[in-house]
Amino acid sequence: MSAAPETSDLTAEGGHGAVPVTGVPSEQEPDAAARREWPLWEVFVRARRGLSHVHAGSLHAPDAEMALRNARDIYTRRQEGVSIWVVEADDITATSPDEKDSFFDPAADKIYRHPTFYDVPEGVEHL
Amino acid sequence: MTPELSDPQKQPATPAPDRMAYVLRLADDALIHAQRMGEWIAAAPQLEEDVALGNIALDLLGQARALLTYAGEVEGAGRDEDALAYHRDERDFLNAQIFELPNGDFGFTIARLLVTSTYQWELYSRLQSSGDPTLAAIAAKAVKEVDYHRDHATQWALRLGDGTDESHRRMQSGLDDLWPYVPELFETDILVGSLSDEGIAVDPALLGEPVFGYVGQVLNEATLTRPQTHVRHTGGRRGVHTEQFGYLLAEMQHLVRSHPGSRW
Repeated sequence: MSAAPETSDLTAEGGHGAVPVTGVPSEQEPDAAARREWPLWEVFVRARRGLSHVHAGSLHAPDAEMALRNARDIYTRRQEGVSIWVVEADDITATSPDEKDSFFDPAADKIYRHPTFYDVPEGVEHL
Repeated sequence: MTPELSDPQKQPATPAPDRMAYVLRLADDALIHAQRMGEWIAAAPQLEEDVALGNIALDLLGQARALLTYAGEVEGAGRDEDALAYHRDERDFLNAQIFELPNGDFGFTIARLLVTSTYQWELYSRLQSSGDPTLAAIAAKAVKEVDYHRDHATQWALRLGDGTDESHRRMQSGLDDLWPYVPELFETDILVGSLSDEGIAVDPALLGEPVFGYVGQVLNEATLTRPQTHVRHTGGRRGVHTEQFGYLLAEMQHLVRSHPGSRW
């Protein structure tokens, strides 16, 4: 198999968002690595009705059903939620730290995108 | 059950020692299984499973505490949950032997949890309508917990049984080792017989069919075989236990006995 394309060196392993791992030295024992062959899942919990699901963290599980159950045990122990979503971390396409400038900085000086930029003329109703 | 027997004001016909013994059987099942499940903490195959088994152990411990406290009240001799958990000796424990068996590997642990959680689910479901209001309340809370334990064991049995050759082999051998200890759960005797006639206890003999029905379905789906054996181990309800039980008690009780009255 040929070398992996450079764009594939980002993973969400560890639950801290997309970070490069290839070429990063790891002191993990082979045995520990073998034990971690379960895929990583990102967990989203809805605290109560009417709120959105919010990212709570991540966990390892052999499949989606077990991921839901593990999430129940790890992230809703203290009645934190009424609904849980899990999604395999590999299925998430994330922005890369390298793209931060082009993705996010251009929004910095567009103050007219905020409603406070506009004065409301007197006498305007139903706004 | 006749209506007047479910009246909490009416003094039950069965003497207190018998009622206490029945509550202790339920309590000791939960307490000893909690102790075994707790041994998995920091030793489970994955961190996530560690938390799951720890949660199950805590659920069982909670059930044990409520039941032990109530057993002490029924006895009326001033013994609380701690006195009953830590200051009884081997022959005074009335749990079925299946709960005290060493954990073995993960396959055996899951095999046991599948059978015992199904048994407890069937038991607590019926005990919710016990004529004894305290037992009914404890059962109503516990049934939701053991429902989850049963689900957890079912999920794992399906995955291990229908997984790799090695996981199938271990799950099957766990079942084979467990099976001689299963029939004891469904044994009935005069004590539980008269209490169930009164509408207080659930006759364990009624639970065998639904338990084997559910477990059999899971084993089928998991491509596992229900073991066939004529060997039966029994005696737990009379205080007769396996060789390993003394070691379990030593670990569970030594701190309290070596340092009486110590606190966190």
